[in-house]
Amino acid sequence: MLKLFGAAQAARPAGTQGSVSLARLIIYQPRYTSRGNRKTALVACIVATLALLVIVVAGLFCQEAAQVADFSRSNLAPCLEYPFGTDRMGRDMFLRTIAGLSTSILVGLLAASVSSVIALVLGTAAALGGRKVDAAISWLVDLCMGIPHIVLLLLISYALGKGFWGVAIGVALTHWPSLTRVIRAEVLQCKQAPYVAVAERLGQSRLRIAARHIVPYVFPQYLVGLILLFPHAILHEAAITFLGFGLSPEQPAIGVILSESMSYLSAGMWWLAVFPGLALVVVVLLFDLAGSKLRSLIDPHQAQS
Amino acid sequence: MLKLVVQNILKFVLLMLAVSFVTFALVAASPIDPVQANVGQNALLGMSAEHRAQLSAYWGSDLPLWERYISWLGGVVQGDWGTSLRFDAPVAQVVAAKAQNSLLLLALAWLFSGIFGFVLGIVAGVKRGALVDRAIKGYCYVLASTPTFWLGLLVLMVFAVWLRWFPMGFSVPIGVAASEVTIFQSLQCMVLPALTLSLVGVANIALHTREKTIDVLESDYVRFARARGESELSVVLHHGLRNLALPALTLQFASISEIFGGSVLVEQVFSYPGLGQAAVTAGLGGDAPLLVCIAIASAALVFAGNLVANILYGVVDPRIGGGRRA
Repeated sequence: MLKLFGAAQAARPAGTQGSVSLARLIIYQPRYTSRGNRKTALVACIVATLALLVIVVAGLFCQEAAQVADFSRSNLAPCLEYPFGTDRMGRDMFLRTIAGLSTSILVGLLAASVSSVIALVLGTAAALGGRKVDAAISWLVDLCMGIPHIVLLLLISYALGKGFWGVAIGVALTHWPSLTRVIRAEVLQCKQAPYVAVAERLGQSRLRIAARHIVPYVFPQYLVGLILLFPHAILHEAAITFLGFGLSPEQPAIGVILSESMSYLSAGMWWLAVFPGLALVVVVLLFDLAGSKLRSLIDPHQAQS
Repeated sequence: MLKLVVQNILKFVLLMLAVSFVTFALVAASPIDPVQANVGQNALLGMSAEHRAQLSAYWGSDLPLWERYISWLGGVVQGDWGTSLRFDAPVAQVVAAKAQNSLLLLALAWLFSGIFGFVLGIVAGVKRGALVDRAIKGYCYVLASTPTFWLGLLVLMVFAVWLRWFPMGFSVPIGVAASEVTIFQSLQCMVLPALTLSLVGVANIALHTREKTIDVLESDYVRFARARGESELSVVLHHGLRNLALPALTLQFASISEIFGGSVLVEQVFSYPGLGQAAVTAGLGGDAPLLVCIAIASAALVFAGNLVANILYGVVDPRIGGGRRA
């Protein structure tokens, strides 16, 4: 049976510390799911991406409308006109949710992209830089995974004085370890390939081998890893904002909306919490779908199964 | 064996030093002025510039980072973690009190999510492809994408607001002195947070156990057992459980970091007085000593979990010797 590429190395971090589960979630591979259904996978991937794009663009356009307060329509339960209801200040919760989602997605995209670049650099360096570099980087990974994510995010946000940069940098600095391990495993595998040995014998420099031979081999995995990082980044952004460390209360963000809704729960205003949260779950699932379908499309190991 | 112990103690000390330095540096980099945080804004406004400089020199907040860290570390080694600004008590004392609450909650959630996840995973693996399997798998995938705090809100809404089975938040019921709280009452407040954490924690372990179960059921010894005429139940009980329990236990120990992270959010939702809520209070209120101590405590907890997991890895797979990188 063909086991997925570095699954053994990455999912079982070969005896070092670290949250196995995150790595498992990222590279988790359900068996017997896709049997050459390339067309379905492609369609699902495109549809998910398009849906996310629509949410982001729509959110950007209704930032203004989401802020409009109108006390004549406050505390309305969901109805045809306001499908998600309205809050105490009479703001349309549907518009606020869309605007909030778009903010959350954009912050997540930015942070996860930065994080993945860190992972790419460190993972490649760990695999190629020799023993000492490898040990140093794996120690860094251990250090970063040694503190629970939320606590580390909280600390970084505290250090940066909360706000947008606090979350963005926090999420960027905390999400690289699992992808670093995946990339390290991939690069190590590629390093043993004959063509790399030939390049070495030809006297090419390490940098050149990395750029010409290894990066193209690793890139597809990196891309999938990046897309599968998005949901984590978005969830963590929402969580840290919910706790009061992230985006400021004036910005429409899912975390802000849900943390506000806490005060109205006992008054029975369930729609303030249910719909925005549900929308967040849907977005995260869409990212997950896009990522895993893309993987089944470009992963040569899977194409054979 | 001795080598392993010494190695791990060394690793622990090194990690703790690194974690403490990183957290200390992060907290020190904060734009929150330590003098202002200590004396309060009003007092600071009434002070002359010299007085401020005096205070700053007295507390050493103008020293370079290294010197501050060394002096803080010196205090910590002697058991002095500083004074919490928000709780007005020694940090060690605050953390000890909060940790008691948190550990109880974490232990409950850890246990329940482990057991349910394990059982669900086996059921899904045995019934692979059936409706039950698809339901469990779907549940796990959706749960893995659900924000913990939102699930907490839903649980709170259903059980506390709608059904009124449990009180809304507050570990101490209104109108009762903290010392008179019965065990039953404090347990009652723990049910909902523990339920939320368990619901979320199930996903990982169930998916993992499902994969393992399928592996085991495809093995030769299970085929042989079936050929002998053993029932499905007997196969799972006698040949499956032993092979499945240890990897699941290992995974569960390694996931302490995530359960702790979830507990920070859940404690905030249910206003449960644990470490997580204290960390949020400390972070929002500029209480640096408490925040650093909680971060280090959480790192120590995660290290302990990972250490157990590493030792178990060695037991599960002897090829991974003594917790070293293969």
